[in-house]
Amino acid sequence: MPHLSPDNRAKAEAIVACYPRPRSALIPLCHLAQSQDGWLTCEAMKEIADLVGCTPAEVRGTATFYDMLHTEPVGRHVFSVCTNIACMLAGAYEVLDHAEASLGISVGQTTADGEFTLEEAECLAACDIAPCVQVNHRFFGPLDPDGFDQLAEDLRSGRLADTVPAQGILSRVERSVGLPALAARSSASGGSGPGSAGGKKPGAARGSGPGSASSPATGPVPA
Amino acid sequence: MIAQAPRIVTSRVALEDSFTLQRYLATGGYEGLRKALSMAPADVAAEVNKASLLGRGGAGFPAGRKWSMLRQTPTRYLVVNGDESEPATFKDHMLIERDPHQIIEGTAIAAYATGVEQAFIYCRGEFALGLERLQQACNEAYAHGALGRAVLGSGYGLDIVIHPGAGAYICGEETALLESLEGKRGFPRIKPPFFPAAVGLYGEPTVVNNVETVSNLPWIITHGAAAFTALGEGSSAGTRLFALSGRVEHPGWFEIEMSKTTFRDLIYDPSLGGGIRGGKQLRAFIPGGVSAPWFGPAQLDLGLDQDAVGRAGSMLGSGSVVVMDEDTCPVRAAWRIAQFFHRESCGQCTPCREGSGWIEKIMHRLEQGLGREKDIDLVLDACDNISPGLSWPPRQTTICVLGPSIPSAIVSVAKMFRDDMLVHVKEGGCPFPPDAVRRG
Repeated sequence: MPHLSPDNRAKAEAIVACYPRPRSALIPLCHLAQSQDGWLTCEAMKEIADLVGCTPAEVRGTATFYDMLHTEPVGRHVFSVCTNIACMLAGAYEVLDHAEASLGISVGQTTADGEFTLEEAECLAACDIAPCVQVNHRFFGPLDPDGFDQLAEDLRSGRLADTVPAQGILSRVERSVGLPALAARSSASGGSGPGSAGGKKPGAARGSGPGSASSPATGPVPA
Repeated sequence: MIAQAPRIVTSRVALEDSFTLQRYLATGGYEGLRKALSMAPADVAAEVNKASLLGRGGAGFPAGRKWSMLRQTPTRYLVVNGDESEPATFKDHMLIERDPHQIIEGTAIAAYATGVEQAFIYCRGEFALGLERLQQACNEAYAHGALGRAVLGSGYGLDIVIHPGAGAYICGEETALLESLEGKRGFPRIKPPFFPAAVGLYGEPTVVNNVETVSNLPWIITHGAAAFTALGEGSSAGTRLFALSGRVEHPGWFEIEMSKTTFRDLIYDPSLGGGIRGGKQLRAFIPGGVSAPWFGPAQLDLGLDQDAVGRAGSMLGSGSVVVMDEDTCPVRAAWRIAQFFHRESCGQCTPCREGSGWIEKIMHRLEQGLGREKDIDLVLDACDNISPGLSWPPRQTTICVLGPSIPSAIVSVAKMFRDDMLVHVKEGGCPFPPDAVRRG
């Protein structure tokens, strides 16, 4: 019984075909599974193992190395508050302390309604907007405590639904073109990649988000 | 005022639609690739070699030399490192979001010069918008014919895969990055072999170049190596992106001619950093990412030059400068850096895995006012166990350079601010004000 939806299963096979070796697709497939479920379920890990040719334990063992891959459920919106040096000097701990008090949870916890998870992040490479916060990996900053509360309110009300897609959705732009991976091109190997169909998903557009990268920059605006 | 150098990698980033194909083509985009394809691959590589383009990722290794070390086998790969995670570094993030086509074009030029037909751009996973922009640019480049079986109508074929990371500082280390790209935990590989150019992705020869490095290539090929080396000085040729953060009026990135500008200019010039916030005094600054030993006011007049900074006992590293003012507690700053390394140590090597935890704990209790005077020597001893001698450049007991980077901040504080450490012990608390959010 496949865990990935038929649509996601097709996407997964296209992703595997992009790489000379299927195992390279492991992390992209974890992101894909998170875009479906919000986190990385056991069932998803089993199916990913099957798709890339390793054991479910190897998928879990790899996934647990990476901060963005959640092997336990998280909220619909994951706050990542950076407290590294540049943000700390700009008052990040004040923002983090306020976030804990305001949401009524500690770092690492999820609110009872499943709306918010609070994480402390290492440098997110947006030090010109320090203190900065990511929500589902979309940037906001500089934030003060009032700005944090406003952000939480906007997220709760759905006003930011276009800017901040559901937890787990990373890139809303898919690879629509491309050559099959090199190994498939030379067609010498008896590999498991789906050969000639590789990477071909003409005109595929996602339905779950605004569907294009043409939204204005939410990150640092150049000087 | 600082003389305005030509903008090599940031020429179009201020434009609203800088990331679109139309804007890219309207501003000379893909002309460098077209010119490169009219040359022999070896000539393209020779031109880049003449330009003395130093790698912009942190190690500063000449890109041309890296290419020349590539083993000549039928299957070779190019991997562009966009896993920017060194604290206070945010230049590649900007380039990825604002000018993704420039990265695609630079990648194609590098791939052509090195005879590579399959390239990967490894983009830090947290850059969601950046991943969307890169994939969009990649799709557009295919549609435009700048990628695919016949790049711009030539006989050369190239595929680029945009690969997302998933959150791990160590994956910026090139061998860890390759492990990650192979779908594994980001464990740096044991050296030798020292360079992926010999044994890289899937064991095949691989070039790994930084995002900013490849972003320079279209300009170098279009304008020639001589125009590039006319900027900067000696081996520090061209311009470089510096990321300025901390207690300055205008934190941000600045594209600056190498060597000709000093740290004082970068921090105080009204067109750059604009001085310390609120007119406060400078206490210290980090010249090149948190792995670098700190500098004080005495080093302000050093040029932004890889060799000069190296001779002065630190490194230009990833080009990120963090400013600490008179209100900054150096013990707290060093503790937070130690905590970062402790969290991001991959855990393979004992000195780094265990040492980083010890150092973090000792620094934390010192900052909290719970430390003892002998803790200062104890923390230095722990540092010495990671990097014997505490010299610069650091000696190494570990597989990669993360471990030996840990002592930099600690040794800096012990050298420059030992009295402040003692005050923490004597007063049983931190004498500095808490770091507060700036309002209004």
